[in-house]
Amino acid sequence: MSLGTQHSDGPAAPSRVDFGRRVRILRRRRGSVSLRIDLRTAGVCLALTGLGVLVALIALGLGDFRVSVPDVVRALFGASDRAVGMVVVDWRLPRVLLALLLGAALGLSGGIFQSLTRNPLGSPDIVGFNTGAYTGALLVIVFVGGDHYLTAGGALVGGIVTAAAVYLLAFRRGVQGFRLIIVGIAVAAMLGSVNTWLLLRADLQTAMSAAVWGAGSLNGLGWGSVTPVAVLLAVLLPCVAVLGPKLKYLELGDDTARALGLRAEPLRLGLIVVGVALTAVATAAAGPISFVALAAPQVARRLTRTPGVGLLPAALLGAVLLLVSDQLAQHALPADLPVGVVTVSIGGAYLIWLLVKEARRQ
Amino acid sequence: MTTEHAGPRALPADRERAPARLHADGVRLGYDDAVVADDLSVAIPDGEFTVIIGPNACGKSTLLRALARLLKPRTGGVYLDGKLIERYPAKQVARRLGLLPQTSVAPDGITVADLVARGRHPHQKLLRQWSSTDEAAVAAAMAATGVTELSARRVDTLSGGQRQRVWVAMVLAQQTELLLLDEPTTYLDLTHQLEILELCRDLHREHGRTLVAVLHDINHACRYATHLVAMRDGRIVAAGRPEAIVTAELIEEVFGLRSLVVPDPVCGAPMAVPYTRSTPGPPAAPVTSRPDSASSPTSDSPRPSTSDSPRPSTSDSPRPAASDAPSTVHIGH
Repeated sequence: MSLGTQHSDGPAAPSRVDFGRRVRILRRRRGSVSLRIDLRTAGVCLALTGLGVLVALIALGLGDFRVSVPDVVRALFGASDRAVGMVVVDWRLPRVLLALLLGAALGLSGGIFQSLTRNPLGSPDIVGFNTGAYTGALLVIVFVGGDHYLTAGGALVGGIVTAAAVYLLAFRRGVQGFRLIIVGIAVAAMLGSVNTWLLLRADLQTAMSAAVWGAGSLNGLGWGSVTPVAVLLAVLLPCVAVLGPKLKYLELGDDTARALGLRAEPLRLGLIVVGVALTAVATAAAGPISFVALAAPQVARRLTRTPGVGLLPAALLGAVLLLVSDQLAQHALPADLPVGVVTVSIGGAYLIWLLVKEARRQ
Repeated sequence: MTTEHAGPRALPADRERAPARLHADGVRLGYDDAVVADDLSVAIPDGEFTVIIGPNACGKSTLLRALARLLKPRTGGVYLDGKLIERYPAKQVARRLGLLPQTSVAPDGITVADLVARGRHPHQKLLRQWSSTDEAAVAAAMAATGVTELSARRVDTLSGGQRQRVWVAMVLAQQTELLLLDEPTTYLDLTHQLEILELCRDLHREHGRTLVAVLHDINHACRYATHLVAMRDGRIVAAGRPEAIVTAELIEEVFGLRSLVVPDPVCGAPMAVPYTRSTPGPPAAPVTSRPDSASSPTSDSPRPSTSDSPRPSTSDSPRPAASDAPSTVHIGH
């Protein structure tokens, strides 16, 4: 009996253990660095990165003033005339960057929540965060009449308070995934009716602008929005890098995770805080963009065919998904739609497909 | 097949002197408002296969959870290598003590090797995710449990017995000397139950590990355990070698069941054969402590032994907790 067939090739050591997947093992620096790389996941990540760069280059050229891809590249390196440079770098680049960054944040957040709840419906938009953020923003828009930053602040407070309330209501000797989803849906339903009431008692102009914010849109966002988003993500991404790899142990159940030397409940709380913060960044910057957090991890998982949700593929897929959706919203239809409308349409179709597939399996 | 006491190891005269890396001292255990056990003390003798038995809700799984630091005692303490177990960093405990919990979840579509490899977590670091030691430990764990051929299979396509062996392999990959198993045979059919127990015996005998398992079946416990802990209502009724402590009185006190205790015709271990309503057996022996009133340990009077017990010696101390049951005999190999 052989100890597993060999699935790795090249300079890396062969695996003595057959994982049923193609893996490559890297060991460097006398074993102080060792990694097991899943080749399919690595391939999907590389492909998504390439696709993201390609779509971004095309997107930077799209619009009333068309720019070819080579000219876009030249403009990015500052080697084009000032008019092209202004259109590409000053006007279009911030929006493309925001779509990529916020899409990645939403994909990560969805991946974290779906893994924690072990449920594809356990994304932050389902468990009440977005509805709560909308409530917070509406309160500011209707009663304070605030500017962009005040609205963003109201959304942040609303979303975080809702998330904390859902966590506490679902807490009984630790938080169990399914309870989190049920409580989240109930809280979201209640806040949804509060939102309707707020919209109904506002005057028409206010209600219109509130509705646009509520759909989630990247319209009119420039470099002023990129900087805070980039700074916040620079803080949050290292947290994800440290906590995220522990998710695959939490997926085995709390007792097993604790037996393997993890502190399950503090770890879960930390992951929830990071997940909520990632969604909060996206919501504060662009309003509640729905379904990216829900769909990206699941689509990525089907591409990589891994058990459980991989965070890196989810982030990359979220980035590509939001960028493509935003381009469709801007250019595919005669009216300049909020990107949230497109993601809801894509996400809705995806959700129906998922439900049909799950229903057929049972 | 011979009985398990054929090894070359010396026999300690009594279990007081038996070294125990893991022990609980006067712990009170419970969930929320309910107290499951109070002032409970137990020592897990090193190098033995300890089995904890008792009826449902007697606190055996709760005790195991406390020993594995999944449940913090209200009072008293669980000690590992002389130090309170909760004082250790979580990963350090996981390098010394492995646990197979009652409920584990295998993620959809995970392969056997991937699941077993997750047992290496306590030995891994942020950048050291798959060292050659990890690889060797996973290969050895799969070989020891006989799942090497299943390595590339998806766990959700396996039978119940195979799946349980994979979970045991995951705990083995942790490479701990202490192994705690919470009802490892539940939900398995008889063949697979015995397969898991034989595996436990191999781990104990050939790999020299200290095992603790919670089991339901007293006869399985007698066959495979080298040290038996019998519990009822959150207290330890008797602890010691199965041959030394299992009597008809003990079965009645622990399970509330009248039975005949005979040597197992296959391997000689004590075997409890319960009486039925239509075959009630001889008139009830004058058991002084009814199971229902047995919750107060101080009311225990010495139990007379009957002739149907192979070894009449039992725990007869007024407070038969493991640590102060001088009559229970500890035996090695």
